[in-house]
Amino acid sequence: MINSDTTILEKSAKHAATSTPVSLARRIGGLSDRAIAWLFITPTIALLLAINIFPLIWAIRLSFTNYRANRPNAVLENVGLQNYHRVLTDSDIWIAMQTTAHFVFWTILLQTLIGFSLAYLIDRKFRGHAFWTTVILIPMMLSPAVVGNFWRFLYQPQIGLFNYIVSYVTGVPPSSFEMLGSVSLAPWSIIIVDTWMWTPYVMLICLAGLRSIPDYIYEAAEVDRASAWRQFWSITIPMALPFIMLAVLFRGIENFKMFDMVMLLTGGGPGSTTEVASITLKREAFESWRTGRASAFAIILFVAVFGLANIYVKALNKVKQR
Amino acid sequence: MKTTKRTLLRVMTALGLSTALPGLAQADELTLCWAAWDPANALVELSKDFTAQSGTQMKFEFVPWPNFADRILNELNSGGKLCDLLIGDSQWIGGSAENGYYVKLNDFFDKEGIKMSDFAEAAVNAYSTWPKGSPNYWALPAMGDANAWFYRKDWFSKPEIQAEFKEKTGRDLAPPTTWDELLETAKFFNGKEIDGKKVYGAAIFTERASEGITMGATQALYPYGFKYENTTGKYDMEGAVNSDGAVKGLEAYKDLYKCCTPPGYTDAYMGETLDAFKSGQAAMAMNWFAFFPGLAKDENVGGDKIGFFVNPKETTAASTLGGQGISVVANTDNMDGALAYIKWFAQPEVQKKWWQLGGYAVHDAVLNDPSFKDSQPFAADFLVAMNQVQDFWQEPSYAILLQAMQKRLHDFVVADQGTAKDALDGLVKDWTEILEDEGKL
Repeated sequence: MINSDTTILEKSAKHAATSTPVSLARRIGGLSDRAIAWLFITPTIALLLAINIFPLIWAIRLSFTNYRANRPNAVLENVGLQNYHRVLTDSDIWIAMQTTAHFVFWTILLQTLIGFSLAYLIDRKFRGHAFWTTVILIPMMLSPAVVGNFWRFLYQPQIGLFNYIVSYVTGVPPSSFEMLGSVSLAPWSIIIVDTWMWTPYVMLICLAGLRSIPDYIYEAAEVDRASAWRQFWSITIPMALPFIMLAVLFRGIENFKMFDMVMLLTGGGPGSTTEVASITLKREAFESWRTGRASAFAIILFVAVFGLANIYVKALNKVKQR
Repeated sequence: MKTTKRTLLRVMTALGLSTALPGLAQADELTLCWAAWDPANALVELSKDFTAQSGTQMKFEFVPWPNFADRILNELNSGGKLCDLLIGDSQWIGGSAENGYYVKLNDFFDKEGIKMSDFAEAAVNAYSTWPKGSPNYWALPAMGDANAWFYRKDWFSKPEIQAEFKEKTGRDLAPPTTWDELLETAKFFNGKEIDGKKVYGAAIFTERASEGITMGATQALYPYGFKYENTTGKYDMEGAVNSDGAVKGLEAYKDLYKCCTPPGYTDAYMGETLDAFKSGQAAMAMNWFAFFPGLAKDENVGGDKIGFFVNPKETTAASTLGGQGISVVANTDNMDGALAYIKWFAQPEVQKKWWQLGGYAVHDAVLNDPSFKDSQPFAADFLVAMNQVQDFWQEPSYAILLQAMQKRLHDFVVADQGTAKDALDGLVKDWTEILEDEGKL
């Protein structure tokens, strides 16, 4: 019996030994595991270097030259800080930066307020709340190109639904105002579309924040007879704040480089009223072909976004540690 | 192990080859690049004859107008091999010649007996030469074009409308011959109810992103005396670009935009003005001659309902130039085939068929034909327009010069910022800076 058991054990051990994968190194011509690890991650690193790091370094290099992509054979001259000086003293670029700041500020404010409010409502479990959550999320699932074209029609003064709704509510004739063609209304037309599209995204993050608050905290507050208002300000807001700040960070970065929606809706017009920084950059780089100057502008934008994002992340970490 | 390695090697080789293959053009195949619009369809039809005669298969790469410059100039700048032949915009010729993107055709023309004197002089000057007006040919004139006008002939001929117009203005209702008349006529029609529908005076170009508002506004600027330089080739723009006449011209264009365009036409170019006219919203509209064959045949607004007129004059007669020449791309792998196409296209009988199919041939064999003027309802106007065309800068830096003008004009005309004088003074400043950067000043 003992002998028999031993045989079984031996057989099992043998089987286990043969079925355990032999070191991968031995299978691939004697390479060490570390070498194999490098072999696998090298393509990723190479790709990262090729499509992220190299273009960045190359753009930094070009920003100090007079290079133009449409004159590849022209003599390349170093111009020092001239491109940076011209970008920073160009009034049109400052106007574009102000337009961008206006756009970022209002979209973030509206999306945060509406997004959090929606999340707060959805978080109260009611009949069909899952269905309504899905419905609310639909706009952010659409392609910006589709949304841009779709809203262009909605804003059309003669046939657009938006103008007819405004007309129905206010009594103003629908053809009497142009959302995309008016200097005062065009920036707001973009803010409305961006808010419509991306508020669900903010809502989703806020909802995650609200759902992460343990019920027992509210129960303790109930025991202490804290009012609903007091619970909202002392529990809900502080505990959801890191999530709200995260949503603001994501939307801020995204809207700072907003291009597609603005291009489709107004193309930066009327005049230059809605020309945000990314459109100015595109025009400088691919229409005016001032590649050196455009690179300097891109680096300035990168540093600005990177710097602001860093400060913001530090603030976010402080809030999380509280 | 060896098998694995061999398999990997095979896969990599196959992948490498499949990536490289599209770059290798077949010797009996040519790719012609152009804008996607009505005449391009006519060219496809015409080129079937070339295929039948030479056995060379023709491929076409047609890019919508708003992306045409971006797409094709990127292709040229990156040394791409997409196009063997290119019908490029007239303004590209300076940059393409200086950067070596186009093949210089003088020797080829001499060898094949192709004479530039057989083509309309204005067209050769605009579409083929660089430096402008010099006998250095980089293209064969392919498609003559200019900006012109069309109107609702049926509305203009209604007795009650004619009587009302006569009473209001003291003159007979007819296609305008001056910009003052154009404004007066547009204002008369604007807001009027015709056939139970509110109509507007005119649909004009206001597009911001590419070239629209510049191509539209120069229709007013040139007749009022706008010039790019006081002395040709000197780049002395002060007093030419922002002359009193130019200021009046720009004010007239804004006046027309403000008073008489349909609502929502703040970013309108070729497609939008056609839409406004075809949908019965506009009494008059501007567009390129290239679209006129299609308009004349339109079921709703064509035939007897449509009339055409050349750009009205003011102090001078002028029209904004459109149109293109056909060039051989220097990077082509099929140089012989591309040159053979040019040789074939330059033949008088091919040019005649080109006109019949809807292309605007500028060969004398077509234009000097006694039957030409009556061959289409707009043919006579085309001849007049081609004799008074003016073109935008054709400098290598034309794209930057164009963007500056687009911005200044749109800011003033559509966004209501500043005065016409401010806009044109600003334009002189922008262009001076650009041309200084180019070493031209």
